[in-house]
Amino acid sequence: MDTVVLLSRLQFAAATMFHFLFVPLTLGLSVLIAYMETMYVKTDDETYLRMTKFWGKIFLINFALGIVTGITLEFQFGTNWSRYSAFVGDIFGSLLAIEATAAFFLESTLIGVWIFGWNKISKKAHATVMWLVALAGTFSAIWILIANAWMQHPVGYTIRNGRAELTDFFAVVTQKFAILEFFHTVGGAYIISAFFVMGVSAYHLLKKQNIEFFTRSFRIALVFGLVFSFFEVFEGHLHGADLAHSQPAKLAAMDAHWETSERAPVYLFSIPDEKNERNFIEIGPIPGGLSLLAFHDFNAEVKGLKDFPKDERPPVLITFSAFKLMVGLGFLFCLLTLVGWFLRNRLTDYPLYLKVMLFAIPLPYLAMQLGWIVAEVGRQPWIVYGIMKTKDAVSPVASIQVFTSLVAFVLIYGLLGAVGFYLIFKEAKRGPKLN
Amino acid sequence: MELQSIWFFIWGLLWALFFMTDGFDFGVGILYPFLGKSDTDKRVMINALGPVWDGNEVWLITAGGVTFAAFPLVYAVMFSSLYSALMLILFALILRGVSFEFRGKVNNPTWKKVWDTCIFIGSFGPAFLFGVAFANIFKGIPFDGNGIYHGTLFTLLNPYGLLGGVFFVLLFLQHGALWLCIKSEGDLYERASATAGKIWPVLLVVAVIFLGATKFATPLYDNYIAHPALFIVILITVAALVGVKFFIAKGAWFSAWFSSALTTMGAIFFGIIGLYPNLFPSSIDKAYSLSAFNASSSPLTLKIMLVVVILFIPVIIGYQIWTYNLFKGKVTKEDLDLDDAY
Repeated sequence: MDTVVLLSRLQFAAATMFHFLFVPLTLGLSVLIAYMETMYVKTDDETYLRMTKFWGKIFLINFALGIVTGITLEFQFGTNWSRYSAFVGDIFGSLLAIEATAAFFLESTLIGVWIFGWNKISKKAHATVMWLVALAGTFSAIWILIANAWMQHPVGYTIRNGRAELTDFFAVVTQKFAILEFFHTVGGAYIISAFFVMGVSAYHLLKKQNIEFFTRSFRIALVFGLVFSFFEVFEGHLHGADLAHSQPAKLAAMDAHWETSERAPVYLFSIPDEKNERNFIEIGPIPGGLSLLAFHDFNAEVKGLKDFPKDERPPVLITFSAFKLMVGLGFLFCLLTLVGWFLRNRLTDYPLYLKVMLFAIPLPYLAMQLGWIVAEVGRQPWIVYGIMKTKDAVSPVASIQVFTSLVAFVLIYGLLGAVGFYLIFKEAKRGPKLN
Repeated sequence: MELQSIWFFIWGLLWALFFMTDGFDFGVGILYPFLGKSDTDKRVMINALGPVWDGNEVWLITAGGVTFAAFPLVYAVMFSSLYSALMLILFALILRGVSFEFRGKVNNPTWKKVWDTCIFIGSFGPAFLFGVAFANIFKGIPFDGNGIYHGTLFTLLNPYGLLGGVFFVLLFLQHGALWLCIKSEGDLYERASATAGKIWPVLLVVAVIFLGATKFATPLYDNYIAHPALFIVILITVAALVGVKFFIAKGAWFSAWFSSALTTMGAIFFGIIGLYPNLFPSSIDKAYSLSAFNASSSPLTLKIMLVVVILFIPVIIGYQIWTYNLFKGKVTKEDLDLDDAY
């Protein structure tokens, strides 16, 4: 049975992480494209139309990959996590069903109208369709993240008939954890798209081609990126502080905080030693730093990992490293966009900055994946925090089946990813069509 | 009517809507290598699906989601029992989806050939496997009281299961050929209309065999014998199938397609009504069967979801009809010249 758990976890990780290489760009780029198209409708400036079409082409390749990889996710709860599904379907299942009916349907139907409807509806209606695609995508995110938040911090339920049954729908959809998780994920998605547009624009500006076109694209993305990079740091802090109440074991693992203490410090650098329940190295303590971040009080008591039974602690090293790296990247995004703000009017004079921005494209993607590692690995050993363990959630299927499907996932997704990114790069490099 | 029974029929309706809409996409995808002689033919075929296939596929997501929400135990046992078959379906659907988008992005014959093959596999695979899966569900699946499946992928490939697969493929071939008659012109149109006419008698024969085999392989007719008025569903379905032939003969393609849509819906409902109240019957012991009554969510969840469905499904149907109407008529050269056409 342990093999099935491990294989199913690997498969779920592979399928979700791959899915989330594409979804964030869809969420953010749809907003940017809708803005560009609206500017075209308002000003009749052809450059905005070319921008809409150029970024739109890349958007559609990315969108297709996001869509097709999303289908497997919805069914994987049933195929690989049937015990979990039977236990939480009353709540979790309904959130997924609402996502499909209230959001995903609109997005998938309207994307066809946007692609094929250029000559069938008015310019204004066409731009509105992209806004609706963006809006529907955001609503999808809301419902999916409410569902994930319920796994992180279950509320509004009672255990009855051997399963979790809904008692308060309103509590489930409005809980603080869900709201914080939604803004954090969407903020991250917007940063990804801003850096994507800035990076691709930087490539062309370095080559001195289509300067007007790409300066304009860069600046739109810069404003978007600047706002959301700072927003993300602030929001991320609130999200982290909330864990002190909702998931104290995860918080302790994120900072490798072993002993329950008042005036708990944050270290500028440390390396956790899980076996001996301590840190190998601790350099640069900021006394009371963790207490301050978690409770907004230098002297507050922060629960340490040792106060949790060993079998209820998440893997510390993974959670810790992913968290620290993500935070570091978050600050880097603020710095890069801030520098960009000062250089915005003479971008082509600063090839070094443009080069940095080109190579910065993968960084927000990395930060996003790390964030999900903190969220999901940091929740272990629970699948639903405090009420169901991951090892009890798996389907009663043969390990050979899961092994086979895992191999198929890795092969097919690997090929799709290679082809998808090849096409995205190809279109991005080619640049916009002439008028 | 109890809440659970209402949900049982919503569940059936969503599957029926999925096969009625995405069914013709599958059909066109299966016909694709045979009717698409030139690159332009092929492009007309996939662009005939372009504006609608994605929205059609969401009926599957919704059917899956609603199974999860309203009948969690069915969702859990059904999808873990049918693990390998479902994985094959999902991978096939992935290939189909990306092929539409990727095919035209590189102008190279080998590249196009790869995605052409994927379009066929991605359409034939799900069409056939869904048929196999549903026929086996009608028959009963070997799973025990703990929801553990005693069989393999090959257990599903029994004669009745295979017959179900063939029946679904033919149903969708008919549906897809008629869609092409509506959307295409010239040589492609000639080939599509000839094909639509040729498929019909084969479909009729297989449908009759399937109806007969169902009597021996499944208990589906028990509900019909208990309530003979239900036979009207079968009559309407058969009448719709006859209607397909009638409208083909007149060259009234939209009416023929509409009849074919009705045939598809009817075929699904024939099975769903026969299953009631079971959603996932066990062939090991009737006592293990998962029904609308022993596998449903709590009354609160069923009520909330009912509100969601009553609010949104009509709206969805509304904007999907708007989309179909917006893109009615033949696929033109202008359509193919669009920047992002497939």
